[in-house]
Amino acid sequence: MDMLTRIPVREQEPKVRATNFEEVCLGYNQEEAQMEATRCLKCKNPRCQQGCPVSIDIPGFIRQVEEGNIEEAYHVISMYSALPAVCGRVCPQESQCEAKCVRGVKGDAVSIGKLERFVADWARENNIKPKAAETLNGKKVAVIGSGPAGLTCAGDLAKLGYEVHIFEALHEAGGVLSYGIPEFRLPKQTVVQSEIENVKALGVKIETNVVIGKSTTVDQLMDEEGFDAVFIGSGAGLPKFMGIAGENANGVFSANEYLTRNNLMKAFDETYDTPIVGGKKVAVVGGGNVAMDAARTALRLGAEVHIVYRRSEAELPARVEEVHHAKEEGIIFDLLTNPKEILVDDNGWVKGMKCVKMELGEADASGRRRPVEVPGSEFELELDTVIMSLGTSPNPLISSTTHGLDTNKYRCIVADEEHGKTSKEGVYAGGDAVTGAATVILAMGAGKAAAKGIDEYLTNK
Amino acid sequence: MFTIRKKEVLANNIYLMDIEAPRVAKSCYPGQFIIVKMDEKGERIPLTVCDYDREAGTVTIVFQVVGASTERMAAYEVGDTFRDFSGPLGCKSELIDEDPEVLKKKKILFVAGGVGTAPVYPQVKWMHEQGYDVDCIIGARNKDLIILEDAMKKVAKNVYVATDDGSYGFKGNVNDKIKDLVNNEGKQYDQVIAIGPVIMMKFVCILTKELGIPTIVSMNPIMVDGTGMCGACRLTVGGEVKFACVDGPEFDGHLVDFDESMKRQQMYKTEEGRALLRQREGATHKNGGCGCGGDH
Repeated sequence: MDMLTRIPVREQEPKVRATNFEEVCLGYNQEEAQMEATRCLKCKNPRCQQGCPVSIDIPGFIRQVEEGNIEEAYHVISMYSALPAVCGRVCPQESQCEAKCVRGVKGDAVSIGKLERFVADWARENNIKPKAAETLNGKKVAVIGSGPAGLTCAGDLAKLGYEVHIFEALHEAGGVLSYGIPEFRLPKQTVVQSEIENVKALGVKIETNVVIGKSTTVDQLMDEEGFDAVFIGSGAGLPKFMGIAGENANGVFSANEYLTRNNLMKAFDETYDTPIVGGKKVAVVGGGNVAMDAARTALRLGAEVHIVYRRSEAELPARVEEVHHAKEEGIIFDLLTNPKEILVDDNGWVKGMKCVKMELGEADASGRRRPVEVPGSEFELELDTVIMSLGTSPNPLISSTTHGLDTNKYRCIVADEEHGKTSKEGVYAGGDAVTGAATVILAMGAGKAAAKGIDEYLTNK
Repeated sequence: MFTIRKKEVLANNIYLMDIEAPRVAKSCYPGQFIIVKMDEKGERIPLTVCDYDREAGTVTIVFQVVGASTERMAAYEVGDTFRDFSGPLGCKSELIDEDPEVLKKKKILFVAGGVGTAPVYPQVKWMHEQGYDVDCIIGARNKDLIILEDAMKKVAKNVYVATDDGSYGFKGNVNDKIKDLVNNEGKQYDQVIAIGPVIMMKFVCILTKELGIPTIVSMNPIMVDGTGMCGACRLTVGGEVKFACVDGPEFDGHLVDFDESMKRQQMYKTEEGRALLRQREGATHKNGGCGCGGDH
């Protein structure tokens, strides 16, 4: 075998997968995983581990894979991560662990993500569960939000012997893993559900349908329900719109709505009650991972789909792998293009979008070249559906109903990076609620740090 | 799981249920709503809080059968459970936090249209419990669609019933009754709170604007999560985009763009019809045997 080249991973054919919601990437089998594991140099000072926000002992688990001890590999990963089957699938490894891999200097980096995924999937198929704490320490912690940050924080605290209750506003746990990331990237029933079951197996209780700030408040949890500390991992779920004319027309959706209908409510499945307007010709405005997810979802619902993005391909914030998949499936990229107005018919439905061509000008404060309009280049796209995927910001519901909790000008909760400590005693926060929309693994890292912070706080109290 | 403790048929196709939901019962207020999801495959349905009993831990909802989901819900009986019941959601009525001295002096008219009587009731009841007298018009197409009249009479000073066909009470719609009260009975109001079909709220607002009476309406757009994360329920109020689930559902009726809101409500109209047909007749329309080309 060529040690410079990674073992390829099997995938569904683009033409086939564009018509179904089955997972695109099929993952390694054991033979492939063991072969790929032999490419790891087992560095003494592994740089890959520094690239991982939860510092998984990567050479440690890969060594076990190479030797065929998959259960042992799973226990190594479990010491660091509560959601390996998720992270192996959705982490941007190319800019994290794999970006630092020495193999990547000359040739392909080791496929760390795909190996992690293999180990986690194997553990699920062989019913290997993480181990719960043997005794409880008598202290109670409330975790708000059951997304990656909350699940990680809850799992870590439960392992330390805390009684942990997660409060979730929606009817299913998982946060963005359940409502945001589509089935074809992250299967719900097998992967997400079983990772949540693993967290429950650690003793964590999950109460759904509780909207903190409405059903009860952080202050009430501490004063009336006897929680010794609270972790806020409520994410950044508030969608942004452009503020252009026609945006309230029928057929204009936020990516959050479109994806929630399809992923959480399973609108693509006829046996579920929630409807979706799939569209025949769809434009998705934006260039992030959420835009790719929305576009590929619309494609699977039978539409011709355009990504409309104001910068060029090099600036697309989405993962390279996702852009590649989207292109293979037939998504059309209208780059350096910006919407000016949504055109509406007499019944209030979208009939098109007026756009303008852009060119890249001077670099702005963030270092990215700012797109500027090309005068006189306006044109119309004929459409029946527009999906706005312009990013999200934190919902102020919790911060505005909690006494003494500071937020910044972006409505993000202010918390220190090391331990997630907020301005309010006993209250910790992490993930998108603190940073604004970021990645699953960064949220997990923040949940982990906060669990450590909460443990230190309650131990010394 | 959330157990149904009481079920009553208020009118043809209009049902009342008491649901055991202690957390919601403990913290809800008039003006707020809940979201119910019947079972695994059900959709999330927003319904306004009609009453609550903090001690018994129950919340009262009232719904009208308008599509496949509500028809399925109407078949649930006492002792059955809903899988999900989330809330309270939205903002409480502004009346709750208003200065009692100001409120005491205000002459308030509630205008309830059809099943909209349900969300009006807890507000009138709350006012009554605080010692304020208010008037209330209950309007419907005909006698059979008037609900909660007796309950309302216990908490409002004057209850006026209006039916479009004159089969009961005043003959005419709620606007005719408002005009009658103001022009013929010498009533003066400082505030109107109108809740009912969007078309009714629109026309009440046109009238009260002429009469110079500030008017609050409760909007009922399509919702998914009900917590502000999707914007399905967005509407334009005073030129600004608002999310009814977190900024409302109550708004200054003189600022709401009702026409846009009515159009947005139609978005899934055919989908709802399809779901109902599928349920009643199975997938018989798939082949287009009825001449619809398989689209319906």
